[in-house]
Amino acid sequence: MTKHKFKSKTLPAISMVGPVTIWLLVFVAAPLVYVFIMSFCGLDEFYNVSYHFTLNNYKRLADSNYVNIYLHSLVIALTTTVVCILLAYPFAYIIARTKSKKKNLLYMLVIIPFWTNSLIRIYGWRSLLGTNGWVNTFLMNLHLISEPIDFLYKQGTTIFGMVYCLFPFMVLPLYTAIEKLDGSLLEASADLGAKGPKTFFNVILPLTSGGIFSGSIMVFIPCLGYFFVADILGGGNSDVIGNLVERQFQSGNNWPLGAALSIILILVTLILVKIYQKLGGDMDSLGV
Amino acid sequence: MGKNIVELTGVNKIYGTNHVVKDLTLTVEEGEFLTLLGSSGCGKTTTLRMIAGFEEPTTGSIKVEGESIEEKEPYERDVNTVFQSYALFPHKTIYDNIAYGLKMKKVPKKEIAERVKEMMELVQLEGFEKRYPNQLSGGQKQRVAIARALINRPKVLLLDEPLGALDLKLRKQMQLELKRLQKKLNITFIYVTHDQEEALTMSDRIAIMHDGVMDQIATPTEIYEHPATKFVATFIGETNIFEGMAKIVDGDTITIGIENGDITGCGADFAAGEFITVSVRPEKMKYSYEPVDGFSIAARIVDYIYVGNIVKCVAELPNKTQVKIERLAGEEIPAIGDVVCLYWNKEDAVLIHNLDNRFYQAVENAVFA
Repeated sequence: MTKHKFKSKTLPAISMVGPVTIWLLVFVAAPLVYVFIMSFCGLDEFYNVSYHFTLNNYKRLADSNYVNIYLHSLVIALTTTVVCILLAYPFAYIIARTKSKKKNLLYMLVIIPFWTNSLIRIYGWRSLLGTNGWVNTFLMNLHLISEPIDFLYKQGTTIFGMVYCLFPFMVLPLYTAIEKLDGSLLEASADLGAKGPKTFFNVILPLTSGGIFSGSIMVFIPCLGYFFVADILGGGNSDVIGNLVERQFQSGNNWPLGAALSIILILVTLILVKIYQKLGGDMDSLGV
Repeated sequence: MGKNIVELTGVNKIYGTNHVVKDLTLTVEEGEFLTLLGSSGCGKTTTLRMIAGFEEPTTGSIKVEGESIEEKEPYERDVNTVFQSYALFPHKTIYDNIAYGLKMKKVPKKEIAERVKEMMELVQLEGFEKRYPNQLSGGQKQRVAIARALINRPKVLLLDEPLGALDLKLRKQMQLELKRLQKKLNITFIYVTHDQEEALTMSDRIAIMHDGVMDQIATPTEIYEHPATKFVATFIGETNIFEGMAKIVDGDTITIGIENGDITGCGADFAAGEFITVSVRPEKMKYSYEPVDGFSIAARIVDYIYVGNIVKCVAELPNKTQVKIERLAGEEIPAIGDVVCLYWNKEDAVLIHNLDNRFYQAVENAVFA
């Protein structure tokens, strides 16, 4: 065999990769760099960004008020993730292993809400759960309660909203992992004397742990940033890091501080994804 | 041998409108190597899965050592399965795979270690303990699958086309090895395959299944030499089939009229006027340039195929039916274009009641009973 030099008869490589590169530079890299630079800037007396180097923003992040909110965020995100696993696992297992023809219908039940804007759905919950909301009205009319229950503005409600919004992100990777599971392994386990729970812990769980892991990453990370859930359902009583960012850019009008918070959030995300990769996680199943 | 270890009585399996196993009655003797042979979709795997407990029979009973097991879960049954796809646990080492059954039964660790070691020696896999299934070749995975099942000392080992995924050479080698293991451990094997050669090589007895019905159960020799149905005759080895009606029954010599003339065969329990299927193996076919008593079928030699040690000769009857004649290479064969009289020793023909005939009789019995 003689060596062939590959010659493209179509366009040169740069013209194919070029547009993508430009796209990424303009819409991803440039804004990120801007946020990064801004996080080292200060403010002038009119609360405009003044471009001089300072580490003040990062120093302020260590303030105990902020640290409390970080910890609080982590608790909310962790709880949400655990609740999502517990709810989504049996659900995903049923739709993945069912032989029923309704399989696709069940799958669509998860996907359809996913297509609707989550902000709108969360507002929907607020009108359901409000003091004069449907749930309270219904219970009062049945005379089950005499006074409306305060559902809103509690940490539990925020977690509920987070679980509600992020549930599909947990179901989908679990569904994929469980569907891939070879049925004959379960039969083999039963054949070798293992009852249901033993098969679950020895075979099913270890073989679907990848799905649990991707699902957890996909629930945990957005959870830190879903400020609107905490705003609308938690009413400021259960803030996540996303609320801090939002507040600095909006009412606080302190963009450099907001930028520094964003950078921290990005770093946390990167570290988590890196850990995920190190532990053998599949990047494709994160949709990255 | 001698004691019945597995007994299936009147077992039916119906999925919706699909009747997969029809009224199957089968007994397997202790220490026996029994093969369920049939083409795909004949119900052989379903039968195996019912014994294993993965499927429930629609009706009928399954007994192991005289004890009904239909109601028992797979994990309660003293039978183990070797799966077609091996079904090794990919996240466990070879050691843990083989030890799985004993761990589930809470056998002491020390004993597990000893028995796993013994098993690994038996299937010649020493040194592979710490590997994972995806680091093994097909043949090695197969051995692990067998070891994982055998370590539980099952009363019966069920094997579902275990060699299907291996290449020909390895398959032949594993066939002998499985047979060796079976003899050495004296465990009853129920083996499912669609490969007739595999069945003939390994089995003590073969049960041939066809469309959910067991056509015949007998030793390999018996199956080959005295097939009970037309399906069995054509499924095992090559054969020539003639269909006709009994014209003269003289003791056990029966002259049968077929479309192209008369042929003769031997058989008891046939009456004149009955429809009969005759099967004659290609190596039993004879030819003559002179007419032969009892035979009046002439054929023209149209082709011959040389297959190493064997020469196959194709003769054509007037109605274009092709008849195969087989001879060892070197033996005399007719030339292409010759017209010959075909015949055989009447003992070499296998006479089978034709199914159509059975149908007529059934109707007759029902009407006149």
